[in-house]
Amino acid sequence: MTRIFFMASAAMVVLTGWAMAAGGAIEGEVAKRSVNYIAIGMFLFFVAATLVLTAWAARRTRSASDFYTAGGGITGFQNGLAIAGDYMSAAAFLGVSGMVFGKGVDGIFYTVGWTVGWPLILFMIAERLRNLGKFTFADVASFRFEQTRIRTLSAFGALTVVVFYLIAQMVGAGKLIQLLFGLEYSYAVILVGVLMMLYVTFGGMLATTWVQIVKAVLLLGGCTVLVILGLAQFGFSPEAMMRAALDNHAAHEEILKPSSSISDPIAAVSLALALMCGPAGLPHILMRFFTVPDAKAARKSVFYATGFIGYFFILAVTIGFLAITLVGTNPAYLDGAGKLIGGGNMAAIHLSGEVGGDVFLGFISAVAFATILAVVSGLALSGASAVSHDLYARVIRNGKASDKQEMRVSRIATLMLGVIAIVLGLAFENQNIAFMVGLAFGLAASVNFPVLFLSLFWKGMTTRGAFIGGLIGLVSAVACVVLGPTVWVSVLGFAAPIFPWDQYALFSMSAAFFGIWFFSVTDRSARAALDKAGYPAQFVRSETGLGAAGALAH
Amino acid sequence: MVPVHEKILANQRFHELVARRNRFSVTLSLIVLAVYIGFVSVAVFNPALFSAPFLGTSAWCVGLIAGFCIQAFAFVMTGIYTLRANGQFDRLAREAIRGGQA
Repeated sequence: MTRIFFMASAAMVVLTGWAMAAGGAIEGEVAKRSVNYIAIGMFLFFVAATLVLTAWAARRTRSASDFYTAGGGITGFQNGLAIAGDYMSAAAFLGVSGMVFGKGVDGIFYTVGWTVGWPLILFMIAERLRNLGKFTFADVASFRFEQTRIRTLSAFGALTVVVFYLIAQMVGAGKLIQLLFGLEYSYAVILVGVLMMLYVTFGGMLATTWVQIVKAVLLLGGCTVLVILGLAQFGFSPEAMMRAALDNHAAHEEILKPSSSISDPIAAVSLALALMCGPAGLPHILMRFFTVPDAKAARKSVFYATGFIGYFFILAVTIGFLAITLVGTNPAYLDGAGKLIGGGNMAAIHLSGEVGGDVFLGFISAVAFATILAVVSGLALSGASAVSHDLYARVIRNGKASDKQEMRVSRIATLMLGVIAIVLGLAFENQNIAFMVGLAFGLAASVNFPVLFLSLFWKGMTTRGAFIGGLIGLVSAVACVVLGPTVWVSVLGFAAPIFPWDQYALFSMSAAFFGIWFFSVTDRSARAALDKAGYPAQFVRSETGLGAAGALAH
Repeated sequence: MVPVHEKILANQRFHELVARRNRFSVTLSLIVLAVYIGFVSVAVFNPALFSAPFLGTSAWCVGLIAGFCIQAFAFVMTGIYTLRANGQFDRLAREAIRGGQA
């Protein structure tokens, strides 16, 4: 096992060097930037360090519990950093600062929604999840129900969220690396896919968690330095910084007003719901609650995660306002039409070069790439566990698969997910994929979240209600996206959308909750009686942790 | 033999724990939700207040400062819950389990 890993790692380093060198030859045709050797050097250093980490983790990953949950031996503080790391994706870092750079205060509307979800997850879900589950959130959702149907539903809920999110990350990675490193798109996508497969198949959750922790520390540290260097240009006066931003932005004081996408009440409520409930249905985030030893550590991890996330978003918003003056007024960063070179999401990257020179630009670019790599690995692991633990071990083998067989299936599933991610990443290169992230969050909020939430709190829920209600959530979320402005108009080219809103969580979540309620209260089957009879035992375990899967690590 | 969970369900301490913890977590959730709904409502229904200068003269607007404060407030709320749940509530839970197994 170890030998295979070292051979694969050595091949990887050679390949990376080759791809980077090849990138130099094609820079003229695809990329506007020249090859950035400092950035590539720093990134290679990060890759080498994480591969060493993976080799260390591979020696400690023996049982299925090691593989899925790092043996439950991660501390609350470490897990808090890892959760924050999962959450601080490239989209959050570059997207939020880019949104502030372009539109002003709209960015804060998103960051507040993303942060406020965490206290609610803590008060309602975190410890119950830890007390009931073992490896995946489907363990919790199917606790007292008929395994086959609810596991299958939850596994498909998890897989669809993972695949859409994965494609969006892969395409983003390809585009970003093209700009940051002057590397060709296809090399970038393959590089991300192969590194992800290495981390997950060999190092399991332990490697995935530590890669995430290292990246979270680098990202938080890098952003802090970026804000300090930026504010230094204004004599460390936030007031002077904001005054300059108002003077220099083309829209002036208008950037302090919420834009039309937020001023429509239905869109605003829908967006707020998706931002708040989406995270509680994202499988790679929920899985992190099983990596800590008990409910106490689960609570602590949310406490630390909320702190890091809140701090990070304050930095990201500030970076956007800094960039308005320092980047937006410098013709070196603008193309002929006065637009930002490389697109709106590059504001933070340009800012790092402006205030910190080439070395700091290289550092921030490498961190942005590392961010994608770490998030993609977490996604792949949660997708693989849905296949191996939920579908293979529980549904196909009826719980009779051995640890060894289950781990082998999850490794194969990881490789398959890696190949799927690479192929779809290449296929969607020139497609408009903005709707995919929206779809991933919407599906998480309207399939996984309602089933999980009601299974915890409503004793009247039955297998039939959960299954049909979850499907209704799935179908209505997909329908709202396909018939809405992003797909119906932008992708398919029709004149007017059938479903007028971009934000749809209000409708699909209501449909899912109503479906679960209706098909549960009308359920008179023998299975329904069993489902309801199982509630007291589940209730006691979720409230006290009695009988919960404990820490197995040493 | 009576299952453990039924013994625990019959235990007064267990119900005390659940009632106290639920009251606490529901109260905190409602406070967080009220703050968030307040923030969203101001952005949607009173944009003038949202973009008014902070303290009357600052270049920073009220909405931005409020947003930063809500993010800090979310952190404080998780701290308050974690402190009480990891201390007092976990003690009650241990007593409830011991009562159930005795």
